[in-house]
Amino acid sequence: MSELTQTIDQGKIVQSVCAATVEVFTTMLGMDIQAGEPYVETNTRGPSDGVASLVGMAGAWTGTGSINCSAAFACKICSQFLMAEYHSVDEEVLDAVAELANMIIGNFKNLIEQDLGPLMLSIPTVVFGRNFSTRNLSKHEWTVVPFRCGDERLDVQVCLVPSGEKMHALRPGYSEPYSVHC
Amino acid sequence: MAVDVLIVDDSAAIRKILHRVLTQAEVPLGQVLEAGDGVEAIEKLTAQPVNLVLSDINMPNMDGLQLLARIKANAAWSNMPVIMITTEGSQAKVMEAVQLGAAGYVRKPFTADQIKEKLAGLI
Repeated sequence: MSELTQTIDQGKIVQSVCAATVEVFTTMLGMDIQAGEPYVETNTRGPSDGVASLVGMAGAWTGTGSINCSAAFACKICSQFLMAEYHSVDEEVLDAVAELANMIIGNFKNLIEQDLGPLMLSIPTVVFGRNFSTRNLSKHEWTVVPFRCGDERLDVQVCLVPSGEKMHALRPGYSEPYSVHC
Repeated sequence: MAVDVLIVDDSAAIRKILHRVLTQAEVPLGQVLEAGDGVEAIEKLTAQPVNLVLSDINMPNMDGLQLLARIKANAAWSNMPVIMITTEGSQAKVMEAVQLGAAGYVRKPFTADQIKEKLAGLI
């Protein structure tokens, strides 16, 4: 695998995640949220329960942003969004979490584009259940910023690599990239 | 005069929030229609024209800028104000929306006051 030819300022990543998350929670939800100590994660995160929403990013850099929280917090977020009570995860709660991810990662993208160039966003995917794990294909590092909102925790994590780097990464299980000659 | 509105966003949560904001803004609402993407929006407009469109940009099937272009190209709809409500914050996207004829641009996350401000003078 070729070495990274471009570097990314981790401090700027963290700063942008924090700014985006706080703005969304303050403006749309009226909730106070505090960032904890950020860290980098490479290994597959252990099984977790709750709700995760992922948004892809592509441009000169490629990767994924995601938010993860408990089912209870997802219900609380939806309740704040829609000014109604939600006590169990249903379609409306999942939609609210997906939109939350869209806004947080979307605003993160707007901030980080100043350094990384234009990026496009995918439509959010939301996962809900018990005992699930997420990882990316080539085990690139995730920058994780844990947030506290009262007794609840929300993790916002981002993984970005230069697009050229992604293209040269070997997929697990394949010995060599192959090409088809016509 | 009652104002008929079309809200276009692939998020049901955002559509509900915008409906609530319109009510809080004391807009004299007539019918409030909803669509999940640009294709559905065109179908709704064809069946019933409205006085105002609030639209996201990043949506499947037909995005908000494509929808805006279609609305402005249709003589029956071209005078209908369209406000873009989106996470897209790049200057390029804003300029593209303005050049296509958007009446306003609001970035998510938004407050009710920001929406009210954009509506003032349009209806």
